Amino acid sequence: MTAPAPRRVRRALLHLVLAVVAALYISPLVYMVLTSFKTRGAAGSTEPQWIPSPATLDAYREILNSPDSPILTWFANSLIAAVGHAALVLLTATPAAYALARLRFRGRSTIFAVIVATLFVPPVVLLIPNFLIVNELSWVDSLPAVIVPAAAGGFGVFFLRQFFITLPAELEEAAELDGADRWRIFTSIALPLAKPALVTLFLLSFLTNWNDFLWPIYVLLSPDSLTLPAGLGNFQSANTIRYDLLMAGAVIASLPVILLYLVAQRWVIEGISRSGLKG
Amino acid sequence: MSVLTRSRDLAGAAAAPAGAARRMRWWTPYAFLAPYLLLFVVFMVLPIGFGLYTSLHEWDISLPAKPFVGLANYAELFDPASVDGSRFWTAMRATGVFTLFSVPLLILLPLFAALLMNGRFRGRNLYRAVYFAPYVLGVAVVGFVWRYLLDGNIGLINHYLGLDVQWTTDVPPAWIALVGVTVWWTLGLNAVIFLAGLQDIPRELYEAAMVDGAGPAARFRSVTLPGLRPVMVFVVNATILASANMFGQSYLITAGAPADQTKTAIYLIAETGLRRFDMGSASAMSFILAGFLMCASALVFGAFRDRRTS
Repeated sequence: MTAPAPRRVRRALLHLVLAVVAALYISPLVYMVLTSFKTRGAAGSTEPQWIPSPATLDAYREILNSPDSPILTWFANSLIAAVGHAALVLLTATPAAYALARLRFRGRSTIFAVIVATLFVPPVVLLIPNFLIVNELSWVDSLPAVIVPAAAGGFGVFFLRQFFITLPAELEEAAELDGADRWRIFTSIALPLAKPALVTLFLLSFLTNWNDFLWPIYVLLSPDSLTLPAGLGNFQSANTIRYDLLMAGAVIASLPVILLYLVAQRWVIEGISRSGLKG
Repeated sequence: MSVLTRSRDLAGAAAAPAGAARRMRWWTPYAFLAPYLLLFVVFMVLPIGFGLYTSLHEWDISLPAKPFVGLANYAELFDPASVDGSRFWTAMRATGVFTLFSVPLLILLPLFAALLMNGRFRGRNLYRAVYFAPYVLGVAVVGFVWRYLLDGNIGLINHYLGLDVQWTTDVPPAWIALVGVTVWWTLGLNAVIFLAGLQDIPRELYEAAMVDGAGPAARFRSVTLPGLRPVMVFVVNATILASANMFGQSYLITAGAPADQTKTAIYLIAETGLRRFDMGSASAMSFILAGFLMCASALVFGAFRDRRTS
């Protein structure tokens, strides 16, 4: 009966530390959301206020209607790009990962070794040449430029291969005895089992693309072709800083990922925390 | 029991390739690989070679003539007296300063957070979700929010700390700001990776150490740290690469100020190649930076090499 007391104190202390830090941690985001409902004057005041009084939708109205910031177009562009990119990653990486994990063929280990080796190539060396290649394809200033090139990264193949390797061989053998060909075995046995891994990869690819910043600000140029981060980035540097508008824009840009995070938090965290460890 | 299952696994593994070989046409695996390999060759393999080629030329996208200049782009960058050279090494210095200060913090603080969260207690997943949350937001949102909070005149940071510091335009305050924002943004990422690593350490090892009379500090040294070694190699390496690629924070919060002192190498490479279209020089810069990064990776792998097997 004597041991639990200090342990309870320790546990309470742990909770106190974790809770205080968590509150501080999240406060910048709370301030962002609250500021987006402030008037221009309140957002730029030297006496910072937390609770907007009066609370107003002026910032949202202004940023949604300003011709300098076609934010709904940017939003649509971002959505098309992120969904298109994630879909392209799944469509190309899944069969490739399956072949590398489950099929025997000449050159398999070499191909896999080359793909893994490129995971160690600093992406900065791809920046200039990929711009030139995208330019050759006439994709500069259009969405394929932010959808396609990044899908060449080896991460998706590496991630899914780790999963396919763990599938028990018996299931495939049974299907083979029934006369199924490889494509059928892949689509009817391996794919359904891989669903959790596929969902995780889709989410991670969507998030990465939605948040991507450097590449879109240089490869997308005209106001109507920008993604949200790129559009807001230009918007900031082009204007005397209007924090009410910026915070409203930031809230709009965060909404989809925050919703996704609330719904699929476990999958995102598990996927990210496990992705680099095996292999 | 375990012997039985293992021998069945072996039999299964031996039977699978024979069965597969019987039914599969020779080109089937290549058909599975083809769509990905097309992307891989065009946007990964080709650019590496094309980048090297570009770096050996005077390359402006808008000019028809792209004369071969040999190593002249590199030579100019290694001449600190040239305009490009001095700009480049200022940027390399910025990348170095940022990496040097951010990486230790991004290892120690997440490790500490992971140790606190490593255990079964109520609310653990909630804390984990909160600490991880900033990372899902992306650098643009993070940059705007902190540009506001760090504003020298109306920012909350100066207000609450009672300071009058120009976080976005003075060094060293700008470095503190950039490192601090990055730690806030990505701490949760490294913490969840460490946490996953901690949970993979078998409980029996801790129990055995306790039987041997090891206290908490000794258990940390003899069980936790060795158990985390593979995770540590991955996290240190990935954090160095991420820090050395820092761009958005600098672009959005300090815009390189003051006098390009916080303009990082990748920022300068993007500006040189994709705004001023001096792509030969920018490519040369990116290969020099990549050389530094690969040396850093090699050092990390060397430092964490398993001494028992070598």
